[in-house]
Amino acid sequence: MGRDIDTSAVSPDPGLVGSQPPDTVDLVIPSPRRLSLGLISGLLALTSSPVSVSAVVSSSALSALRSVGPEGQGHEAAQKAWPLIAAAPAKDLPQLLAAMDGANDYAMNWIRTAIEAVVQREIGSGGTLPAASLESFLKDTRHNPRARRLAFDLIRRADPRAADALVPGFLNDPGNDLRREAVDRLVSEAGKQVATDKSAARAIYRRALHSAREADQIESLAKTLGDLGEKVDLPQTFGWVTRWRLIGPFDNTGNQGFTQAYPPETVIDPKAEYPGKGGTVRWVDAEAQGDYGMVDFNKPFGALKEVAGYAVAEFVSDKARPAEIRLGCKNGWKVWLNGKFLFGRDEYHTGAEIDQFRLPVQLRAGTNVILVKCTQNGQVEDWTKEWEFQLRVTNAQGTPIRSSR
Amino acid sequence: MNLLHLHLTGLLGLLLTGPLVAADWMQFRGPDGNGVSPDAQLPRTLDAQSVVWTADLPGRGVSSPIVVRDRVFVTSTSGPRNAELRVLCFGLSDGHLIWERQFWATGRTMTHEKISGATPTPVSDGQHVFALFSSNDCAALDLDGNLLWYRGLGKDYPNANNSLGMSSSLALADGTLIAQVESQSESFTAGLDPSTGRNRWRIERPRTSNWTSPVVFRDPAGRTLVLLLSSNGLAAVDVRDGSPVWSHDDKGSTVPSVTASGGRLYVPSNGLTVLEPVSGSKPKAVWRSTQLRTGTPSPVVLGDRVFLLNDGGILSCGDATDGKRLWQLRLEGPFSATPVVAGGLLYCVNEKGLVQVVDPAKPEGERVSTLPLGQTVIATPSIASNSLFVRSDGRLWRIGRASPL
Repeated sequence: MGRDIDTSAVSPDPGLVGSQPPDTVDLVIPSPRRLSLGLISGLLALTSSPVSVSAVVSSSALSALRSVGPEGQGHEAAQKAWPLIAAAPAKDLPQLLAAMDGANDYAMNWIRTAIEAVVQREIGSGGTLPAASLESFLKDTRHNPRARRLAFDLIRRADPRAADALVPGFLNDPGNDLRREAVDRLVSEAGKQVATDKSAARAIYRRALHSAREADQIESLAKTLGDLGEKVDLPQTFGWVTRWRLIGPFDNTGNQGFTQAYPPETVIDPKAEYPGKGGTVRWVDAEAQGDYGMVDFNKPFGALKEVAGYAVAEFVSDKARPAEIRLGCKNGWKVWLNGKFLFGRDEYHTGAEIDQFRLPVQLRAGTNVILVKCTQNGQVEDWTKEWEFQLRVTNAQGTPIRSSR
Repeated sequence: MNLLHLHLTGLLGLLLTGPLVAADWMQFRGPDGNGVSPDAQLPRTLDAQSVVWTADLPGRGVSSPIVVRDRVFVTSTSGPRNAELRVLCFGLSDGHLIWERQFWATGRTMTHEKISGATPTPVSDGQHVFALFSSNDCAALDLDGNLLWYRGLGKDYPNANNSLGMSSSLALADGTLIAQVESQSESFTAGLDPSTGRNRWRIERPRTSNWTSPVVFRDPAGRTLVLLLSSNGLAAVDVRDGSPVWSHDDKGSTVPSVTASGGRLYVPSNGLTVLEPVSGSKPKAVWRSTQLRTGTPSPVVLGDRVFLLNDGGILSCGDATDGKRLWQLRLEGPFSATPVVAGGLLYCVNEKGLVQVVDPAKPEGERVSTLPLGQTVIATPSIASNSLFVRSDGRLWRIGRASPL
């Protein structure tokens, strides 16, 4: 079992879990009266883990929501706390949003639904949302990007015009969900100019492309600019890792090769030769091809079935830094960085897309070694011929990080 | 503060183990999970006047609506990566939106374009709604939208997903919530405690792509079994602990589900295989027909007739006692949705959104009326309060009679 793909949270051993007795808890439901969070913090002492953002957020009720974890951990305490948070007055919404800072993905949803309940009650009773304080929260880019996006949505409910005026400012926002809005706004503006001033439209599209970080927007903008006569260098824009060395084929009969540790998983020796499937195998140079940076094992080794191959690349980082290895692959795969196994899955031919899998990593300063194992199964249909992957290194937002060498 | 204490093992236990209310439609394919409404009467002749109301839906979704008391619940997903998971609650009488809750997916959201992140149908115990998504996120809410718990099964078990999407609907039996999560890279079925969301049990399942839904069956020995169909065959497990009871080890379908009716199991396997569970041993094979084949829709049984609808629109009627094919009727296809039954009539909705009412009592079957909805419909419809509920990505229809609540 590999580590979690998306965050540093540790997944529990997902092996066979035996029968467990049901838990017994008391569910406490408060009256629908509004409770201030200050009162909440005095009423409850559900956990001892503080949240050091503000006095309000450090309330034990919010701590209970923030303490939920994998496989239902902390649910009993969170169930007691949720109605209390949901009963908070609307003026506390920025503090509730701030509780998402540093929260795990499970807790984010517990807090979000409580916020939605607050909003529903406030709007339903003819009240208003605190647009000004929500805007202050939104503009503080130190807050959780999703919480800021949620704040924007609340502002849009409270004051659509004010929200609309904020959009252009998101063009270089650290949160992709907000940045998308600004990119879309530019696309819309450019679209209005195409008929009268193609040059101006192209300039706006270029601005949008410069800020776009997600594949669908990048692809759409590249096509639009292409239609206007301006070819976009997609490999450069996406930042594919293009220089690889490949070795294979090794045996993957019955998909057994996926778990078989062939020599490259132990040592990477560019001059080594090994017994492979059908003969001796050795490393060969390969270049990722096309706009989408595909590393194609079929090219050097032939259109083979039930085989495994390895690809290795050296990636030079000018400094130690957090990053993401982003992979697209419709074959079985495993990825290592500097000898450390990151993740793998043996799923075949159910589809691939850009940034299909995101693996958080820590690059070291200097040379980093990325090793990819790519396995092909025995299916014979036309749509199962591909034995390939695409890979890039980015920051958490999707901005490409390119090898220094 | 007025606090109401509910002891979950007491009151909630009673609520969760009681029978589903027949007038409601609280799970995929209705009260008995076989697509048949035991008491509803729908119009034989549908026309534009049959539409009681419509409601707009956000994003995309192919899950079925469920109806609980005076409310209709629908799931959908939206956003550029289908990562916004939504649960919506509408008033049964007029279709007004009562509340909505949104969640951020914690698991993978990639799906085939034909389906969406909201493909599994939610289930209710009459007090709560449990909503599962393709990302394997699972939310438990009360009927007013208050959060009971939130699980990220896709985050807990990050390899249990399919790049084509996951579609198995939730089931609920004897106070256990069943989530069937099966894919090539990791497969399991879990029995969750509905009051806390924690695992009661979790069993390994065959590592193959699978989109069928679990079916609850009370066997002659009085045990409550969960029937799990995959390409490896049909497995019956004890709902209390997930322990195996019996298996029918023959090739099974991975899309249409088992239909239980009259003590027999109609299994999409080698055409259609009918099994009759007996006390203390494996089920007895009653008959098998390669002439009776289905596509995406699951089998439907009405009295002594079994009906199978293939993707192209051929409706086959067989004798449920011996499997002899009695007649075939060409409907206008293509179909993904399973037909539902009320008042002895089949209500079939094709992918073009054409509702087709079939009277199977006619000698060769007869299509007696149609109603074009004008939008793509993939979801299986639901029946409650003498009405048919159909959803597309963007719309929810109540069709039939606006009976008093």
